[in-house]
Amino acid sequence: MIALSTFASEAPTSLVQAGGWFLEKAWIIPALPAISFVLILFFGKRMKYKGAELGILSIAVAFILAICCAGQWIDQVNNAGDHSESQQQEHGEDHEALVKGTQMGDSNEIEMAAGEDYLAFGSTGEDESHGSVGIQPVVEKFTWWESGGRTFQVGIMVDGLTVMMLFVVTAISLLVHIYSTDYVSGDRRYTHYFAFLSLFSSSMLFFVLSENVLQAIVGWELVGVCSFALIGHWWEEKPNSDAALKAFLTNRVGDMGLLVGMIILFWAAGSWSIIDINNAAIGHEIGHSTLLIAALCLTAAVMSKSGQFILHTWLPDAMAGPTPVSALIHAATMVVAGIYMVARLYGVFFEGYNIAGSSFNILALVGSVTLVGAGLLAFVQDDIKKVLAYSTVSQLGYMVMALGVGAWTAAVFHLFTHAFFKAGLFLGAGSVSHAVHSFDMKKSMGGMRKFMPTTFKTFVICTIALMGLPPLAGFWSKDEILVGTGGWGLFGGTGGNGSYVFALVMGIIGAGLTCAYMTRVVYLTFFGEFRGDTHGHGEPHESGKRITIPLIILATMAVLTGFLNLPLGFLTGDAAGWQERFGHYVEPVATYFPLISHGAPSWSLAIFSTIVALIGVTAAGGYFFVKVKAQSPAATELANGLTSKSRVAKAGHTLLKKNYYLDHLYTDIIANGTKGPVANAANWTNQKGIDEAVNQVGKQTTRAATFVYEKIDQNIVDGVVNLSGRASEGLGETTRTVMQRGKIHQYAAIMFAATIIFAGLLIVFV
Amino acid sequence: MVAQNIFFGIMAFVMICSALKVVTTTNVVHAALWLVVLLAGVAGQFLLLGAEFIGVTQILVYIGAVVVLLLFGVMLTKASIGEETDLDMPNKVLPTVIATLMFGVMSYALIDTFRDTELPRETVTNAADVSDSIFSDYIVPFEAVSVLLLAALIGAVVIARKE
Amino acid sequence: MYLVQFLLLSSVLFCIGIYGVLARKNGVMVLMSIELILNAVNINFVAFGTMTNNIAGEVFALFVIAIAAAEVGVGLAIVLLIFRNKRSIDLSTIDSMKG
Repeated sequence: MIALSTFASEAPTSLVQAGGWFLEKAWIIPALPAISFVLILFFGKRMKYKGAELGILSIAVAFILAICCAGQWIDQVNNAGDHSESQQQEHGEDHEALVKGTQMGDSNEIEMAAGEDYLAFGSTGEDESHGSVGIQPVVEKFTWWESGGRTFQVGIMVDGLTVMMLFVVTAISLLVHIYSTDYVSGDRRYTHYFAFLSLFSSSMLFFVLSENVLQAIVGWELVGVCSFALIGHWWEEKPNSDAALKAFLTNRVGDMGLLVGMIILFWAAGSWSIIDINNAAIGHEIGHSTLLIAALCLTAAVMSKSGQFILHTWLPDAMAGPTPVSALIHAATMVVAGIYMVARLYGVFFEGYNIAGSSFNILALVGSVTLVGAGLLAFVQDDIKKVLAYSTVSQLGYMVMALGVGAWTAAVFHLFTHAFFKAGLFLGAGSVSHAVHSFDMKKSMGGMRKFMPTTFKTFVICTIALMGLPPLAGFWSKDEILVGTGGWGLFGGTGGNGSYVFALVMGIIGAGLTCAYMTRVVYLTFFGEFRGDTHGHGEPHESGKRITIPLIILATMAVLTGFLNLPLGFLTGDAAGWQERFGHYVEPVATYFPLISHGAPSWSLAIFSTIVALIGVTAAGGYFFVKVKAQSPAATELANGLTSKSRVAKAGHTLLKKNYYLDHLYTDIIANGTKGPVANAANWTNQKGIDEAVNQVGKQTTRAATFVYEKIDQNIVDGVVNLSGRASEGLGETTRTVMQRGKIHQYAAIMFAATIIFAGLLIVFV
Repeated sequence: MVAQNIFFGIMAFVMICSALKVVTTTNVVHAALWLVVLLAGVAGQFLLLGAEFIGVTQILVYIGAVVVLLLFGVMLTKASIGEETDLDMPNKVLPTVIATLMFGVMSYALIDTFRDTELPRETVTNAADVSDSIFSDYIVPFEAVSVLLLAALIGAVVIARKE
Repeated sequence: MYLVQFLLLSSVLFCIGIYGVLARKNGVMVLMSIELILNAVNINFVAFGTMTNNIAGEVFALFVIAIAAAEVGVGLAIVLLIFRNKRSIDLSTIDSMKG
């Protein structure tokens, strides 16, 4: 197989078009949950399992189709490599390198988008034996409407990234569906819940499959709406509906950036299609400042949807929704919509921010600050879901930072692995809370490992994956991100697109923080003594099979997925073909993807980051497992710890507790500040300023009009009119007395006289 | 040739004299009788121009019917027999002026245009020619005139009937 | 024979007819003057028809005769009605249409 070169991508020398039945019919995948949404809404209440069976069935079929798509895509990539190899062995036959997969569907209105830059292969007969082969994604679209000479199309674009996202979304959605049948059973709106789960899955799949940015905007908004509906599932309690509104409105702030950015890109590239926009950006057809502005606007959208600083405040509050919803939406799928969008339009960001060859850009800065900021906030939370929420924010910061430094494959791989182990952590937290009916770690949990062994084991496995300790998934993905920053200088460095030292430092600090707060969570939940109260249900017990089996599956994925993207140089010999499998299939090699450099893995960095992680574990472990436990088995913190001794520490603790006062800023200062003074000022301007001006204008106009009426209209104009009337009357009177006396002879005389005159004139002049 | 000119001259003189008499005499019945002379003269002129059918029709219709009708009108409007008081408008100057002027303009135009036009000799058209033309080229006016006559007939009866 | 002699004759008769229309007070006299005018026009028609060898002149003269007859009938009926209403056919006294 031809391996993609590692240190610098070259432009593809030939392109093959991918095809295949599952890839072309991939639009079925979002259609199935959409149909199930409608059916559940209409028929769910009458069904035996209240609509859950429809939801599970549709998402399971979608999952199978997604696996088939993935398989077919892998097949296509392999075929492209084989075909190119075999082509090189034939010498200079002059035929086109146009390779289509198996039969295409009949095309009534669906047109296959053929890549426009096909090169005749014969001309590169003398290529070196390691030319890279590009693969055009499967694009199917049809025209929705036309207006003003522009067409608006709807379609799908399937490439490696899409296929990966399809797999992730359907897999986690399926597990969440199964989990929900136990977790939400007996709920007042069970059917409604499953309907919205289906709608959300459909929206996210639709978003992922979008061929053009208009569709992506539609999908983006749809997932926002579903998130609102699901967060506010128990809207009868005001905090829940407040949280849902906060989520939606904070997302709206970023959506302004999305709309502005997409529209700028449309006008700059002349097309809504993602491939066209990327081609235009990479091919330098769009000016650099335009790209920069578009990238900044889109970054604002990412900040709100993917919970980056400073618009992250909605994510912890979104934990008011049911836990499976948090697992699905706010851990694995919706919040990564921003990451996906950046990854899709990476040409725009790569060129706009000049990611290659620099050491600082906004995206990396936002990601790094989020990393560390959210990590610090996770320390002071009592609610287990809030800790996981901040952890999600922090990990999203990792992904954004990775995209900011040019480590595209690393970010996408981290998205992939994070989805599994974060979903596992959320579902585990849900399992625990299902037993103790509360989320508060300090008040209700402790020592759960005795009562819930399966949950404990899966939770710990997912935690280790999150911490990034080898050989679990988090280690491989996080390490690849750190390698990609290019800031490591020891032992020859790691290559990469630039040297983002600040990002590297923040990444390492973040890794340490992650370990520390997760150790805190594990201790407070599973160790020590049980502090809770089961309201007369006896001791808490392990959850049922429908909860634990998804947990086990997710924990397994957390272990295994890391091996999908082993870095180069890790294995040698025959097994070398197993390296970089994920990147090979997912990272696009085509004209619409910029030429990014990949970092070379560095053992020294890997060891260093592992050591930092272990330091974090040890520090937190020492604090909790030793000192706090020594204080008392049921204690949750040291009674006379740091915060009681030092005023600085106390102030820092308060700052973290109050979420850096960001909520205070948004609600009290910005919103109330606008409500109060600004609204009053506007009212004053309106009443005293504008209304007064209008009234004055009215008064003056009235006076002027009165003057005009009395002096001019009455006297002059009317006088003229009356005069003309009297003149006509006089003239008429004269004519009447002279010419119309009723005498026939007079009439006849006039007639004949006129005839004579006219005849005379005719004779004289003609 | 010469005979025609002499006849024309005699008839023209007679006609002009009788026309003048029609418009100046004070006796209504005498005016009607002078009109008869005039109409006969016109018929003679038609015959001179070779229009046999029109000449005879002129005598039949005008003298035979129209003048009789006029005399009936005179009778029914109780015109006094013998000298009539005043049949003329008080102002006779203006009509004279207008008539003279009209004659002046017309004669100037006619003499100026047709001074040397001679009529073709020996052209006689008979009833057959006239009827051929009416019933082929001018059939529509013919029908229209017949309708008009009907309307006039009915109209006259309606207007003048006793209450 | 010259054409112009017929035309001059017809114009003389026409002008005498105009004089009659304008100068006569009696309604029946006015009608007679109108007959004068019509006959003058007839001579004109036939003369021109003979000049151009076209039968249309005579045909139109025929129509004029017919129309004149109809007009005299209706006109006399009107004069009769006027006489019945006003006991006089002095046209200078009929001015009720004055403005």
